[in-house]
Amino acid sequence: MRARVFVRLKRGILDPQGTAVKRALEGLGYREVQDLRVGRVLEMELDATQPDQARGRLEEMCRRLLANPVTEEFTVEIVEDGGRPRLA
Amino acid sequence: MTAADPKVTLDLALAHGLTAEEYDRIIQLLGREPTYTELGLFSALWSEHCAYKHSKVFLRLLPTKAPHVLQGPGENAGIVDLGDGWALVLKMESHNHPSFIEPFQGAATGVGGILRDIFTMGARPIATLDSLRFGDPEDPKTRYLIGGVVSGISWYGNCFGVPNVGGEVAFAPEYQGNPLVNVMCVGLVRRDRIFRARAEGVGNPVFYVGAKTGRDGIHGATMASAVFEEGAEERRPTVQVGDPFTEKMLLEACLEAMAGGAVVGIQDMGAAGLACCSSEMPSRAGTGMEVELSRVPRRETGMTPYEIMLSESQERMLLVVAQGREEEVRTIFAKWELDAVEIGRVTGDGLLRVRMDGQLVAEVAVRALTEEAPVYEKPTARPGWLAALHAFDPLSLPEPADYEAALLRLLAAPTIASKQWVYRQYDQQVGINTLVLPGSDAGVLRIKGTSKAIAVTTDSNARHVFLDPYQGAALAVAEAARNLACSGARPLAVTDCLNFGSPERPEILWQFAEAIRGISEACRALEIPVVSGNVSFYNETEGEAILPTPVIGMAGLLEDAGWRTTQWFKSAGDRIALIGPDAVSLGGSEYLAILDRRLAGRPAPLDLRVERDVQAACRAAIEAGLVSSAHDAAEGGLAVALAEACISGPEAVGAEVELPSLGRHDLTLFGEGPSRIVVSVPPRAQRHFESLMGECQVPWRFIGTVGDERLTLKVGGSVLVSLSLDQIAHAWRTGFDRYVG
Repeated sequence: MRARVFVRLKRGILDPQGTAVKRALEGLGYREVQDLRVGRVLEMELDATQPDQARGRLEEMCRRLLANPVTEEFTVEIVEDGGRPRLA
Repeated sequence: MTAADPKVTLDLALAHGLTAEEYDRIIQLLGREPTYTELGLFSALWSEHCAYKHSKVFLRLLPTKAPHVLQGPGENAGIVDLGDGWALVLKMESHNHPSFIEPFQGAATGVGGILRDIFTMGARPIATLDSLRFGDPEDPKTRYLIGGVVSGISWYGNCFGVPNVGGEVAFAPEYQGNPLVNVMCVGLVRRDRIFRARAEGVGNPVFYVGAKTGRDGIHGATMASAVFEEGAEERRPTVQVGDPFTEKMLLEACLEAMAGGAVVGIQDMGAAGLACCSSEMPSRAGTGMEVELSRVPRRETGMTPYEIMLSESQERMLLVVAQGREEEVRTIFAKWELDAVEIGRVTGDGLLRVRMDGQLVAEVAVRALTEEAPVYEKPTARPGWLAALHAFDPLSLPEPADYEAALLRLLAAPTIASKQWVYRQYDQQVGINTLVLPGSDAGVLRIKGTSKAIAVTTDSNARHVFLDPYQGAALAVAEAARNLACSGARPLAVTDCLNFGSPERPEILWQFAEAIRGISEACRALEIPVVSGNVSFYNETEGEAILPTPVIGMAGLLEDAGWRTTQWFKSAGDRIALIGPDAVSLGGSEYLAILDRRLAGRPAPLDLRVERDVQAACRAAIEAGLVSSAHDAAEGGLAVALAEACISGPEAVGAEVELPSLGRHDLTLFGEGPSRIVVSVPPRAQRHFESLMGECQVPWRFIGTVGDERLTLKVGGSVLVSLSLDQIAHAWRTGFDRYVG
């Protein structure tokens, strides 16, 4: 099965990268952007069959390595074979 | 006084870290109960960090004056005269706790803070150094901390564009739950262009400049639980995140505004943020200040006056601007894409008056927050554990069977082994002033446009301080000065970073008091003033304090940059000399820590007169062009110093050395003692060197010759060590790398 992990900065944490991108967009004339924050997506192919079990392991991966729990939050999405992505 | 504020009670004051007596004193000073915002101001300004309430009585002992001191302690940084119209600004600070919580950002914002301390004085930062302490590198948690801290330091410094030219990394189990991240910065300023953190001139506008304010780093202890209940998650204070590119723009904007003469006074919004600036700046100038918080640029909604005053968002400064020059300041900061907003003005009534949307939320005499903060003289007690530790005789342990194996183990000890993995991540040369890169006794930087150079170093041997805080701290000063002497520099000034456990424990406060006494004594004997510094208390986890770690940062001057000298042997045929006394001990040594996992015994005594003479002799030999290398013998004793001199340079070279026996061979090879320097002397200079040492009246002797592909150490005629350069280089290069590489 496939999985997608979204990692983003917690609300209130300063995001210099997001600020820089917003400023660059403004420079190109996109003045409607009021706020912009940058996160990251990890796409994975898993050798697993039980979605609940897989989700548990993915969350563990996030806590231990993929996200920094002090500054970041994460969501895990499982893409079951042939199915639509399901938000954890 | 705003509707949402919790009611101020004694319990709330206690939750802010204030004592009942302190709360009574606040009521007495105000003549009423404080508002919630005022309580926040007092708790921040009367904290140990801002008020030095447990340390002040001891710090007064430090010698801070000398003819070349232009600014002593009490400002953002200290300043000494370099001649030719130049002055050197220096300061060191700790960021221990933030680095433990979030190593990357904690260390990065530590660098950001110390850079701002330097450029608020009007100086351009030219170099940083970092002094780091960690627990056992075998532990994965320690390796995680090392990785985060080192990349945080390199990220911020490299992006900002300041070279990192030195420092130290040491390991001991006592730092497991409390690593130390101390960062030092030096900067250059014309001596007639120095700025200070003073709010002079009643009526002058007060400008907020730099990044926007968020709920960053509002101190955990000062956030009462009552505040959390309604706003839930999004009101929680967050970890401070650094933005080095904004800092770089802030530097350029501040220096530009200062150069034009529009700036009257300036202070970094660091610890306790706006609260600290808006009270300390008027307090120093005998004025008052009023601010309107609704004008403060914010990046989050719904921030309360309390939060705005106490936020520790990074890359912000408070400026007092000359009346009539407001537009000039706005234009300069707009050019650098930074906010510059007039948020208040300097008043003559000695009060800090804080308003939010016109409504008064705090009105306090600035002196009540600063000068009248409590000062304590708490009891000290010599720790009971010292007697048993001193009673231990290292020579009661058996001699090692194999001296070669013992030397290789010492060279591979993480504290001694090469830290190239750390400093190769730092930009060492940006600004093209660096003449001696990290990896020698001190970093050396040229002063462009002159023939001079400065040398900088940080030092502390916490094991010696633990066993004898007075002598151990004096030794840290002596060793820092010795490192500068080995580089060819004359010491100018000290900035210290004093890392200790809780001062409320009499044993810890005794360590602190003794350490201050030691620093004072050594600085007096070596005639080096202390011009700035930082105290970091409460470095403990679950009642276990760190080793007492007073880190000494020192800067010195080379009148001729050509005098600069490095620690490694240069050419075969050079004679090797040891300058300094024979008094050494295995007490508190690296040898005992590595081979016997023991911290005990008595370190060798320090004679400050001998120390001064040895350093003067080394410097005289360097200035006369008589030595090719000079290296201080510290952790690991003479054998390690000799091995490092063979292999730490660009090209390894061997040495054959014969040492007089000091009793047992382990004492001779690995015993540690102060005031010892290994130099190499080219044959042409040998006679001149001999007569110079005679004139200097210091103990010294030739002990061997540089050359060959091996390090051979003989004692009393028998060969104890004969190792190939590859063998010793391998141990030394991989000893630390194997944990992190």
